[in-house]
Amino acid sequence: MTAVVEGTANANDTSQIPAPDGSVTVTVKIQRFNPEVDSEPHWESYDVPALPTDRVLNLLINIKGYVDGTLSFRRSCAHGICGSDAMQINGINRLACKVLVKDLLAGGGRRAGKTRQGKPTTITVAPIKGLPVMKDLYVDMEPFFEAFRAVKPFLITYGNEPTNERIQSPADRERFDDTTKCILCACCTTSCPVFWSDGSYFGPAAIVNAHRFIFDSRDEGAEERLDILNDAEGVWRCRTTFNCTDACPRGIQVTKAIQEVKRALLFKRV
Amino acid sequence: MPTTASPPAMAGTSRRSGTLYIGDPGMWSWVAHRITGVLTFFFLFVHVLDTALVRVSPSAYNAVIETYKTPLVALLEVGLVGAVLYHALNGIRVMLVDFWSKGPRYQRPMLWGLIGVWVLVMVPGAFFMLQRAATELFGGH
Repeated sequence: MTAVVEGTANANDTSQIPAPDGSVTVTVKIQRFNPEVDSEPHWESYDVPALPTDRVLNLLINIKGYVDGTLSFRRSCAHGICGSDAMQINGINRLACKVLVKDLLAGGGRRAGKTRQGKPTTITVAPIKGLPVMKDLYVDMEPFFEAFRAVKPFLITYGNEPTNERIQSPADRERFDDTTKCILCACCTTSCPVFWSDGSYFGPAAIVNAHRFIFDSRDEGAEERLDILNDAEGVWRCRTTFNCTDACPRGIQVTKAIQEVKRALLFKRV
Repeated sequence: MPTTASPPAMAGTSRRSGTLYIGDPGMWSWVAHRITGVLTFFFLFVHVLDTALVRVSPSAYNAVIETYKTPLVALLEVGLVGAVLYHALNGIRVMLVDFWSKGPRYQRPMLWGLIGVWVLVMVPGAFFMLQRAATELFGGH
């Protein structure tokens, strides 16, 4: 690794990135932060070739591979399953591996293929808000997982274990089906204005995972979890802004789940 | 890829993020709800004070009320009606989101609906309020 640091101002040479047929040049504006050098984050722009079918993650990998190896971000499966690459793309929390360039092209918008030539496209990428930024797009997820663990996201039962499996009717399974889809990417929690200003709020993701067990007919820990969430920093902190529902890459109706937990607390009905 | 091992000291982290989050319309309805709520509170504060002046003396009360008969206060009045109306309509929406099981699903249609009602009430409302204020002020008998 060559450690040549020179002319960091706008001199990002992107000519090494292969430009396949049909690619257009887009500007990727990334919020960079190196804790060893910077005291505050700053923006860097990269003009990179992109196919309309590329995902934003492809552009980041190209920048890391061909322009600046120090660019830091999380990614693992790159197929929207592991939930590693949550970031703020054009001002909204999304998984970088699920956002296609064609949906971000200027002028083209949703109508794919109708891109007007010459209209420059800028894609801004920033780390998710409300968690400490360790480097570039890579944040410390510990406060997020701390809240997740606090709601006891595991099966709690009392009494003798059954000799065979715990039977559940399809209707009972359906009751909490939506909240089983969570991949813990933190898109919802870091889209929440309450979480940004008050880090001690449990956040939508923790409540979603509590919901998953509270409404599970096999689980007997609902009272404990409702007790934990019946707190000023629990479900009552939710202001129903619906940012979480909009941000969820799995389409979970997050706000609905939080409201169901609130009503379970109010009316003692699970 | 970044290593997940924490650096020796946590000193070099940054919480500052200068990005504007383009949230759900629900977030902006919440922002507007807060702003209209604070504005209405300020009005009520002044209103309690000026009404309390009757206890001091009716002439002091009249003198203060007289200062309200200006074009600026007429405009503020329209603003007050707008703020109270939005706050009331969105308050109903928030209650439905809280207590109606289908509320979260219909929160956006409810928001567009309340904005529609607000515009329908405010356009003629503002017109007649300002028309009345204009004739009162400039004496168009």
